[in-house]
Amino acid sequence: MSAATVLELDGVTKAYGEDPPVAALRGVSFSIRRGELVAIVGPSGSGKSTLLHVIGTLERPTSGLVRIGGLDAAQLDDRELSQLRAREIGFVFQQFFLAEHSTLLDIVADGLLYAGVAAGKRRERAADALAAVGLGERLKARPTQLSGGERQRVAIARALVGAPAIVLADEPTGNLDSANGEQIMALIEELNRQGATIVVITHEHAIAERCPRQIRVLDGQVVSDTAKPEAA
Amino acid sequence: MSAGRGRLELRDWLRVASVGLRARPLRAALSALGIAIGTAAIVGVLGLSSSSQAGLIAEINRLGTNLLTVETGQSLTGGPAQLPREAPARITLLDHVEQVAHTALIKNTYVYRSSIVPVAETGGLQVRATNLTLLPVLETGLARGDWLNKGTARLPVAVVGAVAAQQLGIDRVYTDQRIWLGGQWFNVAGILNPSPLEPDIDVSVLIGYPAAEKYLGYVSVVDGEQHAGPPTTIYVRAATGHESAVQSLLANTADPAAPYEAAVSQPSNVLTARAAAAGTFNSLFLGLGVVALIVGAVGVANIMIISVLERRSEIGLRRALGATKAQIRTQFLAESILLAVIGGIVGVLAGATATAVYASTKHWAIVIPAEAWTGGIASAIVIGAVAGLLPAIRASRMPPTVALRTV
Repeated sequence: MSAATVLELDGVTKAYGEDPPVAALRGVSFSIRRGELVAIVGPSGSGKSTLLHVIGTLERPTSGLVRIGGLDAAQLDDRELSQLRAREIGFVFQQFFLAEHSTLLDIVADGLLYAGVAAGKRRERAADALAAVGLGERLKARPTQLSGGERQRVAIARALVGAPAIVLADEPTGNLDSANGEQIMALIEELNRQGATIVVITHEHAIAERCPRQIRVLDGQVVSDTAKPEAA
Repeated sequence: MSAGRGRLELRDWLRVASVGLRARPLRAALSALGIAIGTAAIVGVLGLSSSSQAGLIAEINRLGTNLLTVETGQSLTGGPAQLPREAPARITLLDHVEQVAHTALIKNTYVYRSSIVPVAETGGLQVRATNLTLLPVLETGLARGDWLNKGTARLPVAVVGAVAAQQLGIDRVYTDQRIWLGGQWFNVAGILNPSPLEPDIDVSVLIGYPAAEKYLGYVSVVDGEQHAGPPTTIYVRAATGHESAVQSLLANTADPAAPYEAAVSQPSNVLTARAAAAGTFNSLFLGLGVVALIVGAVGVANIMIISVLERRSEIGLRRALGATKAQIRTQFLAESILLAVIGGIVGVLAGATATAVYASTKHWAIVIPAEAWTGGIASAIVIGAVAGLLPAIRASRMPPTVALRTV
């Protein structure tokens, strides 16, 4: 694995249930290098959500290798996996998941809550992250005062605040109208240009096509990967 | 990578534990209410019994435990006995006796508000002849008017006890304030304060010995001479620390010829027994408090289970942000304990306030025993931990992918 590889999947399978097991992932292999912007695209039921959970270490694969930041996820216990998520992985969800009663600053600072960063430092970095997504003037606002697009910006700031090795964005524009969706994609592209490694999981081809690399999944398998040979 | 570096500071724990409470303050308040009521009941019961005990002990200290009384008992044959007329004078000569007073209950003599009150309506009031040192010995003061003096002790003048004054409808003293005593009018000179050590004085109307002799014919003959008396109760103030020494000599000194006919007692014993009784808890209310605490615990457990279900996405998000299972478990356990402790603190304050208000109306010292409030808070912590344990375990075991699934 090259030093620039932040994520590596090799022969990953995931099966649910026992009798008979239902295969959600069937031997998925690919790797992602630092600084890439990748779309994982596929119709619903294709296994892309399972793939997101496995990449994000929220779920363990039935077999195969998942390596994040050089660490084999299978070798880590719950605490170590949690630390891996806290430090190396940022999540952006379709439903934003923002605490309504907290300020934007606290919400974003909570992105570092479990990473062992002192409270003052967390807020400092949260303010920077909010500024980076264009909400630097609204640190004390609450999510209920924001539009959908702004809420997703907050969620992106929370995912980026710890400068993780990789950001996983699950249908980041799924709950937004086209104008807001466009702005979020523009933001994701901008953040990628600044160096963030971002994986966008989507079922919309229009969104996927904005990413330099697209990995298409169908029935739990990778059917195409536009990676340049040196990147694959 | 060190897992320990992901530990939260206390301040973070407090914030995380209060997320649910801040999001739904009314629900939190209502579920803490049961615990607050239970704790308040327990603290109130313990506080009130301790305060009333403190009140009685203060009263005992004020009145002193060195008052002894000698009363006429019964003769060997069971008939009425009599104390010798010279008994008070003899007792005065004893070592460690500081002061002596005496009264004589005048039987078959009754007192009425006026001459037209039916004879049978005595109201349970007594007529007593008294010597002039009674008040300092009993440490009873005058509520109104004057005490008897050498002059008024010879005249048809009375001083009424606190209860007697109420029954006779006398609340102030003025010239020509009269009562109908033993078939004639007596002027009222004064009204006494209550006398906790000698409740008999409260229901008595007191007149001087010379007046008793002159107007009521209360006399005894000694050596052929007629004298007022004899006394029926002798009150003795012994030097503090010598009460039992004096007590052991009183019967023999009062009536050397028939010491068994004199009944000696220490009136403060009654108050001491009452203080001991006041210190015991009212077990009914204590039991109700415990029941309220149990109901409160069930309420907290119920709310926590609902909360875990409602906050699935928060649990999933925290897991995605790097919270360990143990941190999720601790968060919900801490929330449950926090909820119960808030209830406990409110309960302790309410119980203490109730005690303070009641005790101050009774002029007692306000005593909240340390075990009452520490026990209240401690039991709230235990209740919170027990009620929150199962929901917390459930939350920690919820797989993050299930938690993140939108409902």
